[in-house]
Amino acid sequence: MLKKLALSTAVGALAAGSALAQDIDVKLGVLNDRSGTYADLSGEGSAVATRMAVEDFGAAEKGMNVEVISADHQNKPDVGSNIARQWYDVDGVNAIVDVPTSSVALAVADITAEANGVLLDSGAGSTSLTRDQCQPTTVHWTYDTAALANGTGGAVTNAGGEKWFFLTADYAFGHSLEENTMAVVEENGGEVVGNVRHPFPSQDFSSFLLQAQGSGADVIGLANAGGDTVNAIKQASEFGITQAGQSLAALLMFVTDVHSLGTQTAQGLNLTEAFYWDQNDATREWSARFEEEMGSKPTMVHAGAYSATMAYLAAVEELGSAEDGRAVVAKMREMDIDDPLFGKVTVRGDGRAIHDMYLFEVKSPDESEGEWDLYNEISTISGEDAFLPMLDECDFSKS
Amino acid sequence: MFELLGIPPQVLLGQLLLGLINGSFYAVLSLGLAVIFGLLNIINFAHGALYMMAAFVAWMLLEYLGIGYWPALILAPLIVGAFGVLLERTMLSRLYHLDHLYGLLLTFGLALIIQGLFRNYYGISGLPYQIPEALSGGRNLGFMFLPNYRAWVVVASILVCFGTWFMIEKTRLGAYLRAATENPTLVGAFGINVPLMIMLTYGFGVALAGFAGVLAAPIYSVNPNMGADLIIVVFAVVVIGGMGSIMGAILTGYMLGLVEGLTRVFYPEGSAVVIFVIMAIVLLIKPEGLFGRTA
Amino acid sequence: MERTAPQSTTDPTPDTPMAHQAGMPRLHKVIFAILLAFLIVLPFLVYPVFAMKVMCFALFAAAFNLLLGFGGLLSFGHAAYFGGASYVAAHAAKVWGLTPELAVLCGTLAAGVLGLAIGFLAIRRQGIYFAMVTLAFAQMVYFFSLQAPFTGGEDGIQSVPRGDLFGLIPLEDNVALYFFVLAVTFAGILFLYRIVHSPFGQVLKAIRENEPRAISLGYNVARYKLMVFVLSATFAGLAGALKSQVFQLSSLTDVHWAMSGEVVLMTLLGGMGTIFGPLVGAAIIVTMQNYLATFGAWVTIIQGVIFVIGVLLFREGIVGVISRWIKRPL
Repeated sequence: MLKKLALSTAVGALAAGSALAQDIDVKLGVLNDRSGTYADLSGEGSAVATRMAVEDFGAAEKGMNVEVISADHQNKPDVGSNIARQWYDVDGVNAIVDVPTSSVALAVADITAEANGVLLDSGAGSTSLTRDQCQPTTVHWTYDTAALANGTGGAVTNAGGEKWFFLTADYAFGHSLEENTMAVVEENGGEVVGNVRHPFPSQDFSSFLLQAQGSGADVIGLANAGGDTVNAIKQASEFGITQAGQSLAALLMFVTDVHSLGTQTAQGLNLTEAFYWDQNDATREWSARFEEEMGSKPTMVHAGAYSATMAYLAAVEELGSAEDGRAVVAKMREMDIDDPLFGKVTVRGDGRAIHDMYLFEVKSPDESEGEWDLYNEISTISGEDAFLPMLDECDFSKS
Repeated sequence: MFELLGIPPQVLLGQLLLGLINGSFYAVLSLGLAVIFGLLNIINFAHGALYMMAAFVAWMLLEYLGIGYWPALILAPLIVGAFGVLLERTMLSRLYHLDHLYGLLLTFGLALIIQGLFRNYYGISGLPYQIPEALSGGRNLGFMFLPNYRAWVVVASILVCFGTWFMIEKTRLGAYLRAATENPTLVGAFGINVPLMIMLTYGFGVALAGFAGVLAAPIYSVNPNMGADLIIVVFAVVVIGGMGSIMGAILTGYMLGLVEGLTRVFYPEGSAVVIFVIMAIVLLIKPEGLFGRTA
Repeated sequence: MERTAPQSTTDPTPDTPMAHQAGMPRLHKVIFAILLAFLIVLPFLVYPVFAMKVMCFALFAAAFNLLLGFGGLLSFGHAAYFGGASYVAAHAAKVWGLTPELAVLCGTLAAGVLGLAIGFLAIRRQGIYFAMVTLAFAQMVYFFSLQAPFTGGEDGIQSVPRGDLFGLIPLEDNVALYFFVLAVTFAGILFLYRIVHSPFGQVLKAIRENEPRAISLGYNVARYKLMVFVLSATFAGLAGALKSQVFQLSSLTDVHWAMSGEVVLMTLLGGMGTIFGPLVGAAIIVTMQNYLATFGAWVTIIQGVIFVIGVLLFREGIVGVISRWIKRPL
């Protein structure tokens, strides 16, 4: 306690000594899965990306004291909400970054609104964050299940995959992804023949895959993520399901998942992402710097943590304070953001960040020229088409 | 094509076969637990952690020493078994004069330590372990596609289970062991080194868990939590079979795997809980277990 | 092989006439008074939510200790009552819109009913079998919680409103809620103390030490066991229901078997069969979890080490050892 006090006075004295025009303290907490199924796609990488954003923004030169801390929520809502509460109440955190795993993200979103902080969500997918559980302090940056459904779901149905069977992770994210994709499939003239919900996380998918096989579906939609998706794809190939003519649609896959599966197993899969490292010079340059620290290419979640932090810091700088979370998010909604990684981004009244999404296809081993040369871009889905329209009651820009 | 209660037969047969594969793991694991309980009166809560440990040992043998699946199938159980002997000598042997419950609590603590250590060093996302070349691929059985490796799991577990049963029930060594649990003083008086026998028995029980761990490595990703939830199920299997009954543990293991498979067909939501329902019923009606000799 | 029951080796309580006297020994009065004074200033020294968590777990461990330390029954499924009550209380507060005290009451009653149903079946078995039956039933409760629609599965029940106490006093503020939790847990612990030192508690002790003797003395042993089981489950439920109000959330963690193991650990560490042991054990474990949280799995490892050391060297627990030193029951 005493030590902390002494430390903060020392920092204060230092800042005062430098005699800058502005003196803003900002504390960012990166809260995600650092040891579990989603550790590779978010984890330490998101903390690295957030720190890169602080550096690239030039916070120190602008007189902002930005501190980044991080913690592991273990994909458990109770653990996550305890940490979030303590961060806001005791540690003086102003914004929480990343928070994959929708069940945790929804809990943190509520606590954030109560504490008037800011939730810069990059890792979670549930559309509830900006719909039935929308909050004026939530910014949902990178992707959501509706965008995935519109991208991958639409593409696979239009390519002739008419009868769908869903293998769904049994929690908020899986339910949301399943629901959104079902709607898209039916809209495009497809049919849903069944679904099965698996515990999260799962190791053995054999019995679920067998049910999917017995359903006579053309497409098995994997409404899960991370290690679950990887295991399901591997076991589908072990049980000869893909060889027997059914195809898999991985509704959410990250570049790290494809990397760990290898192009041999993953080739030809369609997937929807908001970011791929090899899109243009800016993404390549940033990804190379990221790889230097992390040893792997960034996922869209890492990139989203970076971009959302950049936009947040810009809003804080303009306001001159990070204290009032609602005001910071309101400022973010007013800004025209031109991001090096995501391009043109606007934050909608409900907190949904609108930007382009991309449909990719995994390269075959022959096409792939390197360990991380994994995707071909098929098409761009504009932000307006990718995300669901805003609900009136969630439009916080009006009040 | 005929249907049974609205279930296509290939789905039913497929799930039963998967149940048998799961049952193979239950059988080997519960056999190890039953051997340990029958001869040492220790409830080995660390069994799941040691199973996980063997999977990791197999992975490490491959990763660091380039030792493949087949040697690992022997080596990893031996290494884990030796570790078990160490645990028995340094800790468990101090508890034999106390209530069973202390053995349970001690091994519970050991399980937390082992799992925690592996989680710390390897994370929980799991490490891949390839199916050995000779067992890759699979065959079409008409009602389902059976990967060769899973067929091997069933065969290997049956061989090990019945080998163990034969050794304990039908050989001279087994007779000593059984006698030593009935009356250690008397057997000791005949010049047999009872503490040594108990130590080796614990090591053997643990090695069985290790064997199951290596068998599981190519199927499930090698993961610090792989034994944590399984152990509770395996406990239930041993209790249903009758604590300490070797044949009971083996048969109950396979049987419950099949029951689980059946439940998946008719009432999937109940598949995780059906074993505990059976255990509660058995304990209330026949507390010594289905195959138990004494209450 | 001779086997000693766990209680007779660990129970530090010398059979002093003090225990039979009505009222509380002065030493205990002093300790309770100091404890209360400490708890009143505590929320101004540390983060109140953390302090509330400690109190909830202290009550949980005390309730568990009633069964293990005084009833001589090791349950490996107390998470069922703790977590079950937490779900019911959260549901009552969120969906039915009940005030906090009614929501907590609902949760507690639900745990009591659950305890009655499970206890009725479980007390027919002894020793390891008893532990296994309780574990089996707790697993059923776990899977029910995973699949029942009202528990929200993996998501749990989130954003439970804290509401107004008696419909009057808002508990939004952490300190206000703290004093509500303090009042309830302290009363709960005193009540458990009273039970242990009542004639009922004496009969329990007689059963624990020599069941055949108690039967031959004409006691209906099964009835006593069931009563202590239900009381233990009810108070474990009270602790769980309070926790759901404090964290505004109830989740699968509360009903998982690891939670059952944790409460055994708290009781064992503090000293089973002592009055203050479970409170000390709970405080140590919760503090450790809180401050070591950043070290990830090290918390689990340290807990495991404590288990091992506790079983091998300190079967009496911390308070048990102190009690032996000062030669007074604690």
